[in-house]
Amino acid sequence: MSESDKLIRAHTASEYAYGFVTDIDQEIAPKGLSEDTVRFISAKKEEPEWMLAWRLKAFRAWLQMEEPRWQNVHYPAIDFQDISYYAAPRKKPALNSLDEVDPELLRTYERLGIPMEEQKVLAGVAVDFVMDSTSVLTTFRKQLQEIGVIFCPISEAIREYPDLVQRYLGTVVPARDNFYAALNSAVFSDGSFVYIPKGVRCPVELSTYFRINAAGSGQFERTLIIAEDDSYVSYLEGCTAPQRDEHQLHAAVVELVALDRAEIKYSTVQNWYPGDAEGKGGVYNFVTKRGICRGYKSKISWTQVETGSAITWKYPSCILKGDESVGEFYSVAMTNHHQQADTGTKMIHIGKNTRSRIVSKGISAGRSQNSYRGLVKINKTAENAYNYSQCDSLLIDDKCGAHTFPYLEVSNNTAQVEHEATTSKIGEDMLFYCNQRGLDDEAAVQLIVNGYCKEIFKQLPMEFAAEAQKLLEISLEGSVG
Amino acid sequence: MLSIQNLAVSIDDKAILKDLNLDIRPGEVHAIMGPNGSGKSTLASTLAGRDGYEVQSGSVRFLDKDLLDMDPDERAREGLFLAFQYPVEIPGVSVANFLKAALNERRKHQGQDPLDARQFLIEAKKEMAALEMDPSFLSRSLNEGFSGGEKKRNEIFQMAMLQPKLAILDETDSGLDIDALRIVAGGVNALRNGQNAFLVITHYQRLLDYIVPDFVHVLYDGRIVKTGPKELAQELEVRGYDWIREEYSAIA
Repeated sequence: MSESDKLIRAHTASEYAYGFVTDIDQEIAPKGLSEDTVRFISAKKEEPEWMLAWRLKAFRAWLQMEEPRWQNVHYPAIDFQDISYYAAPRKKPALNSLDEVDPELLRTYERLGIPMEEQKVLAGVAVDFVMDSTSVLTTFRKQLQEIGVIFCPISEAIREYPDLVQRYLGTVVPARDNFYAALNSAVFSDGSFVYIPKGVRCPVELSTYFRINAAGSGQFERTLIIAEDDSYVSYLEGCTAPQRDEHQLHAAVVELVALDRAEIKYSTVQNWYPGDAEGKGGVYNFVTKRGICRGYKSKISWTQVETGSAITWKYPSCILKGDESVGEFYSVAMTNHHQQADTGTKMIHIGKNTRSRIVSKGISAGRSQNSYRGLVKINKTAENAYNYSQCDSLLIDDKCGAHTFPYLEVSNNTAQVEHEATTSKIGEDMLFYCNQRGLDDEAAVQLIVNGYCKEIFKQLPMEFAAEAQKLLEISLEGSVG
Repeated sequence: MLSIQNLAVSIDDKAILKDLNLDIRPGEVHAIMGPNGSGKSTLASTLAGRDGYEVQSGSVRFLDKDLLDMDPDERAREGLFLAFQYPVEIPGVSVANFLKAALNERRKHQGQDPLDARQFLIEAKKEMAALEMDPSFLSRSLNEGFSGGEKKRNEIFQMAMLQPKLAILDETDSGLDIDALRIVAGGVNALRNGQNAFLVITHYQRLLDYIVPDFVHVLYDGRIVKTGPKELAQELEVRGYDWIREEYSAIA
């Protein structure tokens, strides 16, 4: 490599550390969306007839629906006929160990900084790696099976556990729920399925790394997690995507069902390609995530660290149906350059003595726009419901924006609702204090922002918290100075 | 170590320091005293490189380098430390994390490896014990909810850890009771050696009972108008500043 090549490498490499494309034999559906596309996907996945019928019903509903435009984000119209709805790695052997994995895939793991063996052994994480649409590798499954835990690709669950899937799929996020949920219901290619039986405390953090890899192919993940009475599970979702020039659409649906005294903890670190500094490229991340606390004293806790995507639009929500159930939402949303985020949560109180807690930290830099949008709804039946909301915004530049849209609907006067909101700018005093101790502006901002997010990072499993902190530092690069 | 020549500084076009001269050699402790508004804190902020302090003329050399040419963080890494009069609060950043980051920046600058967590903890606990600080301080958010005395003690603790070549103490005694004052002064004295120097800015003489200066300078109207031995501080305590004003206006 010549000197100048080296220089160029050094200067471009740091921009988006995960921007590379893995060359694996893809099987890509032709662009466009019709009933035939839906049938193609369903046939590819070797699905039973009921699943195809479910998809087609969703597709017909989608045709009647309009793309929502109320969110505080702006982007050119999406041509849904210009997207390929299915891409799967062609080689799909039955895998029992890492040795059998395509070496190209293993290199991808390495570049993502996920030492699989180490992670398995040291952190005790079972990783279900989703590369584009088809799950390639599922670890620890045998061990989990011994205690009755099912953790597998949802495509497999549809074939192996049709009763469970039929009983719960679409019960939290119905196909008609919204435009993108309907789209996902029609064309979802894969995702994860988790079932925790009664009384089982899942002994490991379940983790899935999603990765969009094929140019121009949208990724439509579908995740379903069911926690039976007195069970517990912690699920981690982390994402990185290779660099692309054209926009990529991602419309996932996540459904959580918690029964009596069950607890589901769902953590996300999202780091999809945000586009370049001029706002070119980047992922559109339009996601519907919702959980229902169906049982008495059940609990669902969402934690998200959102640093990636050109546009993030998602509201992980909790329906608190069971008496004394608890919903939590902890969020860090960081936007830089031209990124846009409109994110928050919905807490729907139905049961008696239900409680919810919302802690949202927005960080805006560059020319980005960052909105918190949240709904707290106390139904007539929700005696003695309690909500605490805290929405903080931190501005790092003069050209960025922070917005807060809190909605409150209270139909029961025994409810108690507390809301706190702050907007602050990183002060010169703070920067100078750090400078005086030898930290340059960038290091100072990183330190201050990490401190600001500490409350959220605390909610994440430790190794994930470290990754979140690293991602935040990468996104902050070039935001000061 | 530090050589200030004909320094003039203004804030928002208002002249605060006018033709200030000061030389500090290794091993020395200099005290700067003066009435309110004479420019004491402006001198500290200018040396540390705070924004908004416009140097109009003059030069400052620090360890044979042009101090005014350096960014505030470079000055700090070169060994200049300011104990703030009003330390800022940084929520969520623990004292330990902050100090470790600062310490490792300094070490990197000096070509040393970063301190590992264990070494850091050993050092920190030693210095905290000397300053009669509880080790639980390390995990508290930086200055958040600290009492005035705790903030000042925390400044001295950072100074002890960072081992600066020149430490500027900006009214470190304000807001301290006599016990805290004694502890803080003890911390400063423990740090004194032949290689480093201190610039102690104070309004009152009592701090100088504990940190005994080699020179006392009186700052008035942006200039050092009188320099003397440590006894000058006692004289100022007894006589106040009026006689300085009279003497100065007679000359001017």
